[in-house]
Amino acid sequence: MKIMAKSRTLYDKIWDNHLIQSENDTSLIYIDRHLVHEVTSPQAFEGLREAGRKVRAPEKTIAVPDHNVATTSDRLTNFGSEEGRIQLETLDKNARDFGIHYYAVDDIRQGIVHIIGPEQGWTLPGMTIVCGDSHTATHGAFGALAHGIGTSEVEHVLATQTLIQQKSKNMKVEVSGELGNGVTAKDITLTIIGKTGTAGGTGHVIEYCGNAIESLSMEGRMTVCNMAIEGGARAGLIAPDQKTIDYVKGRPNSPEGEKWDKAVKFWKTLFSDPDAYFDKEIFLKAEDIAPVVTWGTSPEDVLPITDFVPSPDNFQGSKVEAAKRSLEYMGLRPGQKLQDIEVDAVFIGSCTNGRIEDLREVEKIVKGKKVKSGIKAMVVPGSGLVKKQAEEEGIANSLKEAGFDWRMPGCSMCLAMNPDQLLPEERCAATSNRNFEGRQGRGGRTHLMSPAMAAAAAITGRLTDVRDI
Amino acid sequence: MEKFNILEGIAAPMPLINIDTDMLIPKQFLKTIKRTGLGENLFFEMRYDQNGNEIKDFILNKDHYSKASIIVGGANFGCGSSREHAPWALKDFGIKCIISTSFADIFFNNCFKNGILPIIVSEDLHQILLQDAEMETTSIMKIDLKNQKIVRNNGDQLDFEVDEFKKYCLLNGLDDIGLTLKSADKISSFEKEYSDKFSWS
Repeated sequence: MKIMAKSRTLYDKIWDNHLIQSENDTSLIYIDRHLVHEVTSPQAFEGLREAGRKVRAPEKTIAVPDHNVATTSDRLTNFGSEEGRIQLETLDKNARDFGIHYYAVDDIRQGIVHIIGPEQGWTLPGMTIVCGDSHTATHGAFGALAHGIGTSEVEHVLATQTLIQQKSKNMKVEVSGELGNGVTAKDITLTIIGKTGTAGGTGHVIEYCGNAIESLSMEGRMTVCNMAIEGGARAGLIAPDQKTIDYVKGRPNSPEGEKWDKAVKFWKTLFSDPDAYFDKEIFLKAEDIAPVVTWGTSPEDVLPITDFVPSPDNFQGSKVEAAKRSLEYMGLRPGQKLQDIEVDAVFIGSCTNGRIEDLREVEKIVKGKKVKSGIKAMVVPGSGLVKKQAEEEGIANSLKEAGFDWRMPGCSMCLAMNPDQLLPEERCAATSNRNFEGRQGRGGRTHLMSPAMAAAAAITGRLTDVRDI
Repeated sequence: MEKFNILEGIAAPMPLINIDTDMLIPKQFLKTIKRTGLGENLFFEMRYDQNGNEIKDFILNKDHYSKASIIVGGANFGCGSSREHAPWALKDFGIKCIISTSFADIFFNNCFKNGILPIIVSEDLHQILLQDAEMETTSIMKIDLKNQKIVRNNGDQLDFEVDEFKKYCLLNGLDDIGLTLKSADKISSFEKEYSDKFSWS
């Protein structure tokens, strides 16, 4: 078996450390952190109750409501829907009944599960982290093996603290060189998906490396890993370095004292050996990456902002029909200049881009300017603590003065489970991660981009090259 | 879980690539705390217009295909979110098998946990099966999991691959948790050794 070979990738190392048993291709791996939210967990807890089982490791299980919560200030009493209220109450009850860590809606530490994991120091290098949510890949930015699971698997992890898995293949994505002006982590991750396609990473765990990746902040690295799933990969990983260690230090659940020293020593061994084998390798030059937007209804439909809406004839095979369908849904014609596309709404937030650095980027663009009249522009901080920090730094004020709606934390319009939704045919510049049909509301049209690009669109009312602002 | 052995039923053709979990079951139906009852909202936005009327052209609204138990779907089937509501909705509708050239990872796993068999076939076989599905007369197929055969309406038998452990669980309708708990001692001893070594985790 390859796993015992001398040279190992970062993924191989984490896998080996967590492997309990293996038979044929099926392995049982140990889980260090289990993150739980209200949408994909109720059936799992119900399953435990029916079978008379307990949560095996409540101290490693962390719950927070995020998908359904309203982002208005009256959200403790206004739930948007009766079903939403029941789901939130169910999480509350389950968290208390089973004795797991819990950040309730009225706790300032509440926020999007993938934002508070790192914020509270639950996410540490070398760990295995799962959550009933595909964007769990975010935590890979710390050199943790993190991925989404279904509700049956949530129940399995609750009951056993393990997961039945088949080992994925190794894929390397190397981005080298210096990023140009206006080019951010979001542009890197979207450009990679544009190149490899939404199934390019299927069956693989991606390790992102190269000096352009190393140059990113932890926030930027989280943005890159967050969208590994849109590239089809099970998880995305970045080897921990001094930036990672500095980020983790002193967080509420990070180790201290002797444990900290021991942990840091171990974390420094978490990298792919120089001659480790990757099944697939992709190389990108940072200089070739531009600020990008999506034009269609798949995250692979990515183009530089200076480009034009493509024609279905530019594609081959089944993508021709898919592109036709996308253009019709998006209300676009081939040959249209991307920068001429007018938007009705701007959404800034989500587990992809709802962190403090993202909000600072937005402030840089909009400070002293006004959101174009008629545009609904919304900012949803990723957590209560991000919100507080942005208020203390004056960011909230700048954004409010510019005309942005400043909201309470949650997933909000990224998936539109709460009342924050687009109307049919409304067009949105969004910092989230999916542009699927109906994702932000039935008939809603989503263009994915970086926070800086979304901010620029809010000012001009159309898709805009941030380098021109 | 219900055992899966031999399935004989109508296959519906859905050649569109990247059928995502938002298409399979949109977010407004994720507020449920149950696993059942999602079938009527499967493919909601493709199946019903804004007024809630059935869209006649949609394949699963056609008389014959409304009784489908198999979907022959486009590549990267089930991409997007991890929501197990997608296989719950498929199962509730009556779909027990999906055939495609590729599946998204989490969706693929979720299917097996719910007694649905996802089958990966080559491009060539996929074309043949899509054509079969498109004609009502040839759209009835037989899926024999034990012998790993897809039996076409003309009697042709096509082989398919399936992971041994997943096959075993499907054939016997086994619950993963029960199986894993048989290794409870092993988990405990691993956990002890692990927490000695990685005391901070």
